[in-house]
Amino acid sequence: MQMYDLPDRHGHFGRYGGIFVAETLMSALDELRGRYEQCRDDPDFQAELAHELKHYVGRPSPIYHARRWSQQLGGAQIFLKREDLNHTGAHKINNTVGQALLARRMGKPRVIAETGAGQHGVASATVAARYGLECVVYMGSEDVRRQASNVYRMKLLGASVVPVESGSKTLKDALNEAMRDWVTNVENTFYIIGTAAGPHPYPMMVRDFQVVIGQEAKVQMQELAGRQPDALIACVGGGSNAIGLFYPYVDDPSVRLVGVEAAGLGLDTGKHAAPLSAGSPGVLHGNRTYLMQDENGQIQETHSISAGLDYPGVGPEHAWLKDSGRAEYVAVTDGEALQAFHDLCRFEGIMPALESSHALAYAAKIAPGMAREQILLVNLSGRGDKDMATVAELSGIRF
Amino acid sequence: MSRIESAFNRLRKQGRKALVPFVTAGDPEPALTVPIMHALAAAGADILELGVPFSDPMADGPTIQRASERALKHGVGLGTVLGRVAEFRNTDQTTPVVLMGYANPIEHMGYEPFAAQAEACGVDGVLVVDYPPEESGQFVEILQRHGLDPIFLLSPTTPEARFRQVAELARGFIYYVSLKGVTGAAHLDLAEVAQKIPRIRTSCGLPVGVGFGIRDAATAKAIAGIADAVVIGSRVVQEIETSPRDKLLENLSTLVKGIREAMDGE
Repeated sequence: MQMYDLPDRHGHFGRYGGIFVAETLMSALDELRGRYEQCRDDPDFQAELAHELKHYVGRPSPIYHARRWSQQLGGAQIFLKREDLNHTGAHKINNTVGQALLARRMGKPRVIAETGAGQHGVASATVAARYGLECVVYMGSEDVRRQASNVYRMKLLGASVVPVESGSKTLKDALNEAMRDWVTNVENTFYIIGTAAGPHPYPMMVRDFQVVIGQEAKVQMQELAGRQPDALIACVGGGSNAIGLFYPYVDDPSVRLVGVEAAGLGLDTGKHAAPLSAGSPGVLHGNRTYLMQDENGQIQETHSISAGLDYPGVGPEHAWLKDSGRAEYVAVTDGEALQAFHDLCRFEGIMPALESSHALAYAAKIAPGMAREQILLVNLSGRGDKDMATVAELSGIRF
Repeated sequence: MSRIESAFNRLRKQGRKALVPFVTAGDPEPALTVPIMHALAAAGADILELGVPFSDPMADGPTIQRASERALKHGVGLGTVLGRVAEFRNTDQTTPVVLMGYANPIEHMGYEPFAAQAEACGVDGVLVVDYPPEESGQFVEILQRHGLDPIFLLSPTTPEARFRQVAELARGFIYYVSLKGVTGAAHLDLAEVAQKIPRIRTSCGLPVGVGFGIRDAATAKAIAGIADAVVIGSRVVQEIETSPRDKLLENLSTLVKGIREAMDGE
């Protein structure tokens, strides 16, 4: 029996979630919710989605037993859910395929997206090309500068990239600008939000499109290890890869759910991106959730080595899972994530994204204290090729 | 009777429409907020809309975003804004003041402390852009207990079935967003506005103000012919942005007087 069936019909996960947007967007969100629910229950839509995930994305993604690294750590066995092997190199595409198919069914010829590091922008530009949709990606001008190769990648895929000059010129400002575009062009435009945040129905819809990660894992773990893991570990920025893995396990209390936030330079320095670990509840970008904010309720700038985790909010379902005690949220620093990045490269021949390296770093922390029979399943949400320049720069290497 | 209601009653008797300029509190600097408010009232404003600066103003165009950024550089928060209203009230007890802003500063302060302080400082109405009626039940109840009017937005995309839902919570006046887009955009459709206003007035039983995209006296005059109030934001903020400090109050006054005359003229 499925005990857990949030959100409620207004998009609330307990006190979190909801629809906190200007009136101009209310009818668009209502239309989106209605059409999404239709598609969710439509076998044709689901069949089309499954076909695309198999033949275009390359699903199912394998689970891999990282034996050498586990041995090195000397405790629990670490298994990796290989979302890095998806087309475009991360879990993001599971969601953009779903939303692009929905956009097409809704007759919207134009899609917009926000992006930080560029991964969601690339995943959106990719599906826009695949389905013949016009695509505009909003990206903070600071990120445009830092992620020049992803900007070019999006352009190669036919998208326009709009640098956002307002506020802190990063992901949150790109989201603000995408919202402004959507308000203005709501009739012909579909907004592809990249994470399980934003106003209802986005947190639910993005989760539903990412749940394939956890559903596959449940079957694969049974096949590979004959049992389910003792704990699931996933990094949390907005939290879409984590909720995708966690959701099918929420009703199984024998499996610990651990979300790993970016502690940046350290939680006590204030230079981090860990709202669940060190923030407080508030309202931003259409939902009530944990936020990094100052004493006046202004949103604070964040810091993480990983651009994909560099966001001051988090999906509302994680806020609820935290308060309910069902999931635990921890944070690892830039330095710890970087160490895990190098370790996975050297011991397993896999270069993880810096986002995913946060989850790996926490696994490396707790594995040595666990028995050899125990299992940790880490969501390897993306590959690290995009991060080579960042890592090289930190190591003092110039190409 | 609230100050807002009195203001509309008085205007109705005079056969005039309300002029509602918007400025962001703390822009260009906190010390100028109260003088600006007095200058606007003296130039013919009937209701003042005071923006509460926020780091992520999603519904605003570039002009008001920049105003927010200027105010935030001076550390202006919700507490500061309330303090300025109290100061304004020392010498003006009649001009209604509506706070307009985003949810999070209020969430952070807490509904009850916010409403209690707003009442004590002489605020009359509160418009929170990202609190639609669906999320406003408890907040509205607390505002009303403190004698504050909850102001709500309606937009060209609002289905008529929703008008009544908004009307159940709204007091003071309804703020009709005259275009699809952000504040300060430039594609207002007069015919659309003219068609909507009477229906909103009938459904909601409240005066209707129109804002977003009114940039000159001629448009203000045209809107005054159909609506009960004309809200001018970005154009006023732009005047603040471009005026040298020593001319700021004078320029604002000239701008508002010009619009006032156009609205009142035949």
